[in-house]
Amino acid sequence: MKIGIIIEREYLTRVKKRSFLLITFLAPLFFAALMFLPAILMENSEKFDEKRNIAVCDESGMFVGKIDNTEVNTFIYIDNNIDDAKQLVKDGVYDGVVYIPATSLSVPTNAEVYSMKQLPMSLTSHIRSSMKQVVEHQKLLASGIDPAIVKASATTINLQSIKMDEKDGEQKSFSEFEFILGLFLAIIIYFVIFIFGAQVMRGVIEEKTNRIIEVIVSSVKPFELMMGKIIGIALVGLTQFLLWGVLTLAITGVASAFLPTQDVFSAGTVMTEQITEATATANDSGMLTEVFEVINSINFRDIILCFLLYFVGGYFLYSAMFAAVGAAVDNETDTQQFVTPISLLLIIPMVCSSIIATAPDSSFALWMSMIPFTSPVGMMLRIPFGVPIWQIVVSVVVLYATFILFTWFASKIYRTGILMYGKKVSWKEIIKWIKY
Amino acid sequence: MNYLEINHVSKTYGTKKVLNDISIKVPEKSIYGLLGPNGAGKTTLIRILNQITMPDSGEVLLNGKPLQPSDIANIGYLPEERGLYKKMKVGEQAIYLAQLKGMNKKEADKRLRHWFMKFGIASWWDKKVEELSKGMQQKVQFIVTVIHEPKLLIFDEPFSGFDPINVNLLKHEILELRDKGATILFSTHNMASVEELCDNIMLINKGEKILEGKVYDIKQQYKNHSYDVVYRPNDGSEETHLTVNTTNPNELIRDIISKGELVSFNEILPSMNDIFINLVSSSNQ
Repeated sequence: MKIGIIIEREYLTRVKKRSFLLITFLAPLFFAALMFLPAILMENSEKFDEKRNIAVCDESGMFVGKIDNTEVNTFIYIDNNIDDAKQLVKDGVYDGVVYIPATSLSVPTNAEVYSMKQLPMSLTSHIRSSMKQVVEHQKLLASGIDPAIVKASATTINLQSIKMDEKDGEQKSFSEFEFILGLFLAIIIYFVIFIFGAQVMRGVIEEKTNRIIEVIVSSVKPFELMMGKIIGIALVGLTQFLLWGVLTLAITGVASAFLPTQDVFSAGTVMTEQITEATATANDSGMLTEVFEVINSINFRDIILCFLLYFVGGYFLYSAMFAAVGAAVDNETDTQQFVTPISLLLIIPMVCSSIIATAPDSSFALWMSMIPFTSPVGMMLRIPFGVPIWQIVVSVVVLYATFILFTWFASKIYRTGILMYGKKVSWKEIIKWIKY
Repeated sequence: MNYLEINHVSKTYGTKKVLNDISIKVPEKSIYGLLGPNGAGKTTLIRILNQITMPDSGEVLLNGKPLQPSDIANIGYLPEERGLYKKMKVGEQAIYLAQLKGMNKKEADKRLRHWFMKFGIASWWDKKVEELSKGMQQKVQFIVTVIHEPKLLIFDEPFSGFDPINVNLLKHEILELRDKGATILFSTHNMASVEELCDNIMLINKGEKILEGKVYDIKQQYKNHSYDVVYRPNDGSEETHLTVNTTNPNELIRDIISKGELVSFNEILPSMNDIFINLVSSSNQ
C-alpha cells in the first residue's frame, strides 16, 4: 500500500525532529510543575516572606493588643501622633503604620495603612479581620449579648449534591472541579486540533512550494497523498499524547516519592480554593477528602477515550480543510483569508465555554456538542459532568460523517490546487474546483 | 510497434480548449520530441499520460492497452517544475520516491547506490537536500526518474539548470536508456537538442497539432532548395561563395564547373529552430 509509505514518511520525519522531542519531554515537566508548584509555594510562602514590623497608631484605643502577631508580622503599639509615625516609616524604623483615627461614633470602622512598599494582601486582610472581631465583640456587648453564645450558634452547613444514575450508583458531584476539568480538556483539544491541523497545511504548502508535488502525484493519487499526510500527522499527535501521559505519570510519581504526600493533596486545594474560599478555610480537611472523592469518582478512562475520539474526529475534519487551504495558496502568507473563517468555527465554543460549562445540560450546550465543527470543544466542556451515551454516539457519528464529506470536498480542491501556481485564488474559484 | 499511442485526446478547462483532438504514435525504443511554445498544452498532455489529469475525450494506449493506474510503475516522469523535500536526506528521499513507484526498499537502496556511484555523487547520500546546489539536485531527480527502469520515460525540459558538462552526461544517459529499450518522450524548447536526440517530433500550438513526423523528413519537407556553393573561378580570382535557390542542382553544378573549380556544394537544410519559429508565428496569425 502506497498510503502506508506516505504515512511512514510523514510520521518519521516529524517524530525525528528536534522540536518534537523537545516538546514531548519538556511539556510533562511543565505539567508536573503545574501540579506541584502551587503546593510547594503554599508550603513555603510564609518562609519566602520577609519579616515586618508594623506600627499601630490607635487614637481610639480600642485595638491595643488586639491585633495578633503572625509568623512574619509583628505589631507594635505606639503613642506617637500619625505624622510622626509616618516619618518613622519613611526613616525605615517601621515597615508600615496602621492608623485608626478617633471617631465620634461609638465604634470606629475606618482605618488606614501607610507603607513605603506595597503590603501583601494577607497582611491587610489579617488587620481587617482582627479589627472586625474587636468591633463585633464590642457591639454585641453593647447590646447585652454574650459573644460566647453567638460563637456557639455559628453553624457550617455541609450540603452535598449527589448525582444518581440508573444503576443505583451514587456519586458525590462537585461541579467546580468538573468545570475546571472540562475547561482544561476543551483548551487542550482546541490547541491540538489547531497545532496539528496547521502542520498539515504547512506540509501541503511545503510540497507545493518546493515543487516536489508533481513528481509525487505522478506516482500516487492526490487523495492518497493528502490522507497519508493527515493520518501520519495524527499518529504524531497520538504518539505525543501517549508520551506526555507516560512521562507526566513518571515524573509526578518520582516527585511525590521525594515530597511529603500532604503537598500533593494541598495542590488540589489550591485549584479549588478560589471557588470555595469560604468553606475551604472553615473546613479544610473535610473539603480535601471531598475533592479527592470526586476526583476518584470521575471516570478518567471514559474521558480519555472520548478525548481521543473527538481529537481524531475534530482533527481529521479541520485538517482536511487546512489541507485544502494549503493546496489553494502559493505560500503561507496567503493563507489568512481562508484560515480565519475556519478558525472561527473552532473558536466559537471556546468563547462560549463558560456558558456551556455552567449549564452543561442546556439546549445551547447540547447543540454546541452536536454540531460537528464545535462538537470536539463543546463535548469536552460537558463530558466531566456526565453526558448520556446516546448524545455522544450521535455527536461522534455526525462528526465522522462530516469529516468524510469534507475530506471528499477537500480532496477535490486539493487535486486542482496543488498543480496551480501563481494565481491568487478566491472563495468563488475554490467552489468551482469542487464542481470539476 | 508503437509503445505509446494517443488517440484524439481533447481537454477543456472552463471555456479554454487546452488540447484539441491530439493524436500521436511513439514507436518503441525511440525518442519523441514534444515541441511547442509556452502554453501550447504540452504539460497538460504530459499530465494526462501520467494520469494526473484525465482527458475529456480520447484514449491513451500503452503497449497497445488502455492506460491503467498500475501503469505508473512503467512510467518515469521528470517534470519541468521539479523539487525535493529540502529537509530530508538525499538517500532517504530517493528511496522514498522509488518506493512510491512500487519498488521495495532493499532493491531501491541497491540500485540507487549503483546510480549514485555512476554519477559520482555517492558522498551526497547522507546530506540534506538543502545543502546541494540546484544542479546537484537535478542529478538526484534524474536518477529518481529512471530508478524503477520504466518502459516509458517522460522528460519535460530535462536540461534546464544543468551546466554544459552535465548536459552532455545527461544526453549520453538518455541515449543509453533508449538503446536499452526505453521509449522516451521529450518536451523542450531547446531545438539543438531536438535535432541531436529526437527521432520523431510533434509540434503543437494552442492545443492544436501543427506538425508531426521524423526529424529528417520534416527538414526535407521545409527545405527551400537553397545551396551553398564555393568555387575557384578559372580567371584566377579569389574563391567565390554563392547561395543559390534552384530546383535543379545538377544544372547548377554543370554551370559552375564551366566557370571554374568546384570547392564545395552543400544543400542548406532549415534548422528545427527556424521551422519552429516559422510555423508557430504563421499559425498564430
